[in-house]
Amino acid sequence: MTRKIRSHIVQEEPLLFELSSPGKRGCQLPALDVAAVDPREALGEDNVRVEIEGFPELSEVEVVRHFTRLSTWNYAIDLGMYPLGSCTMKYNPRANEAAARIEGLAWAHPYQPEDQVQGCLEIMARLEQALAEITGMDAVSLQPAAGAHGELTGILLIRALLASRGNPRRKILIPDSAHGTNPATAAIAGYEVENIRSNDRGMIDLEAFPSLVTEDVAALMITNPNTLGVFEVNIARIAEILHSKGALLYMDGANMNALAGVTRPGDAGVDVLHLNLHKTFSTPHGGGGPGSGPVAVKKELEPFLPVPRLKPVDGQWRWDYDRPQSIGRVRAFYGNFGVLVRALAYIMACGAEGLRAATVDAVLNANYVRKALEPYYDLPHKEPSMHECVFSDRRQARHGVRTMDIAKRLIDYGFHPYTVAFPLIVPGAMMIEPTESESLRELDLFIEAMIAIAREAEENPELVRTAPHSTRTSRVDEVTAARKPVLRWRPEG
Amino acid sequence: MYPAEFKYTREHEWVKVEGDVGVIGITFHAQRALGDIVFVELPKLGTQAVQGKTIGTVESVKAVSDIYSPVSGEVIEINEALNEAPELLNRDPHGAAWLAKIRLSAPEELEKLLDAEQYQALVAEES
Repeated sequence: MTRKIRSHIVQEEPLLFELSSPGKRGCQLPALDVAAVDPREALGEDNVRVEIEGFPELSEVEVVRHFTRLSTWNYAIDLGMYPLGSCTMKYNPRANEAAARIEGLAWAHPYQPEDQVQGCLEIMARLEQALAEITGMDAVSLQPAAGAHGELTGILLIRALLASRGNPRRKILIPDSAHGTNPATAAIAGYEVENIRSNDRGMIDLEAFPSLVTEDVAALMITNPNTLGVFEVNIARIAEILHSKGALLYMDGANMNALAGVTRPGDAGVDVLHLNLHKTFSTPHGGGGPGSGPVAVKKELEPFLPVPRLKPVDGQWRWDYDRPQSIGRVRAFYGNFGVLVRALAYIMACGAEGLRAATVDAVLNANYVRKALEPYYDLPHKEPSMHECVFSDRRQARHGVRTMDIAKRLIDYGFHPYTVAFPLIVPGAMMIEPTESESLRELDLFIEAMIAIAREAEENPELVRTAPHSTRTSRVDEVTAARKPVLRWRPEG
Repeated sequence: MYPAEFKYTREHEWVKVEGDVGVIGITFHAQRALGDIVFVELPKLGTQAVQGKTIGTVESVKAVSDIYSPVSGEVIEINEALNEAPELLNRDPHGAAWLAKIRLSAPEELEKLLDAEQYQALVAEES
C-alpha cells in the first residue's frame, strides 16, 4: 500500500513515574572539596524540602531509552514531508546547527560584558540588517520570542506612534483570511477588532474598503499571502488608503517564505511586519525551537522599538538603553539568541540568489501539488496559489469522509497530516504547504497517497473514517480530551 | 429546522423575543460547522451587549469562534448549564443550549436581522 517507511516501533512505554524504584540514581557525585553549606540556613527553612513526593528515581540508561523510544513514536521533518499548511515545516539545514554549536556562541552568557561578546552582537546586528533588506523595512527588533509575540510588539508600536500624535485610536481592521492570532493580538493591545469579509477571490474588496477606514481605525492587520495562499494584489493601494486616513498597515509576515527575494512588503507601503524565523528562515519549530518573531518597522516607528537597541560606538557594538520613546522590553535579555544564529547562517548560506530560489521552489511545489490533486479534491478558491493551497473535503463528505479522516489516513501512508479545518472560511479545509524542501519524488509519493485516499473514500469510506491503522495508538478521543482534560498523571489508588 | 419565531444574524446567532427580553443562542448550522463543542465563554451578568459586537466565545475541537450579540441591551441571565455541559450546544442549539437573556435596549434593531426563511437561504448558499 505505501511506499514510505513507517516510523513507529510498536512497543509499550510506561511513564518515568511508573518505571521509578526508590534509591535508583543516574549519577554519583564526588565528595565535596569545599565547605558544605546548609541549604536551610542559606535559603531559609521554608524554602527547602527534604523530599519531593513521587519524584521518579531511575538510572541513566533507563532515562535515555525511555526518551529514545518515545522519539520513535514521533514524526519529524527528518523522516519525511510535513505538509502542515501555514506552519511552513521546512527542513532545518545542518549548517545552521553547526553554526549554533560554535563554542563562543553556544556558551555566551547574556550577563557577559559587551566587549567580551562582540561576535554575538555582530551576528545580531547583521541579522537585523539582513531582515531589513529582505523585507524593505528600515529597522528590526529581534526580541520577540515567536510570531504572536511579534504581532503584539508590532501593534504596541503602532499604538505608541499614534498616541505620540495625540490619539491611539480605537479599532483594528482584520480580514477573515488573516491568521487566527491577529484578532487576539489586537484585543490584548487594547483595540476593538472589526472583521472584514473577503470577496469571492479571497481578497479585500477594494470598493468597500475605503468606507471602513474611519478616523477610529488605527491599523489594518493583513496576512499576505493570506491563509488561502492567495497574494493580496492590491496591497499597495490598501496602504495608500490607510495612510490617507492616518492609519497604518501591519503585515503578518508568517507567509514571508512566499515573498523573500522576490518582492518586499516595505516597498508596497507596509509600516510594520513580523517575521517567523522558525518558518521562513528554517530554524526549528516546537520542541526543537524555541521560535523567534522579529519585528521590522519603517523609520517613523523606530524610536518606539523595544530597548535595548544595538548601537555602534567607536567601532564596537553597545546596548543603548537611552530610548525615551521606547515601548520598553518585550523579552528578557535579547531574544532567543540561538535561533538568531541559525537564521543568519541560513540567510548567509543561501545568499540573495538562494533565498529567491527557495521562494520560487516553494511556490512551484505548492502549485504542482494543487494541479495534481485538483481532479480528486474540491478547490474552492481558484486564484493562483503562492506557497500553499487549500482544498475542501466537499466531494469526500458525500461518502461521510471529512477532512480530519483524510488527514488521519495520511499517517498510514507515512506522511504527517496537512492542516485540518483551517482557514475557517473554507468549510472542511485541507491546507497543504509542501515548502521548497521536498524533492519531486517525495511530492509524487504524497500526491499518490492523497489520490489513493480519495479512491478509498469512495470505495471503502469506513477504512478512512477509522484511520490511522498502522500506528501504536489509533484514533484518539479528541472531544473528551478537550471537554474533560486530565492535566497530570497521578498514581493509581 | 429553523424556528419561525426566531430572528437570525448572518454570523449564525439567533434571538427569540419574550416581552422586552431577547433570549440568544447559536444556530444548528453554527454548531454543525464548528463540530464538537468543548467550551463556552458566556458574558458576565450586567454586561452591556451591543448588536454585532462580541459577547462571548465558543470553542470546538476545530477552532475558537466569537459569538456576536444579535441585539443590544443588558445581560440579565446566562445559561450556567453550558459551563458543565458544553455538548448541549451540539444536542439542542435552539432550545436547552440558549446562551443568555438580554433586556432589549433598542428593539428596533430586530428589523435588521434575518427571518427564518432568509436565514435558511443563507445557510443553503454557504454549504
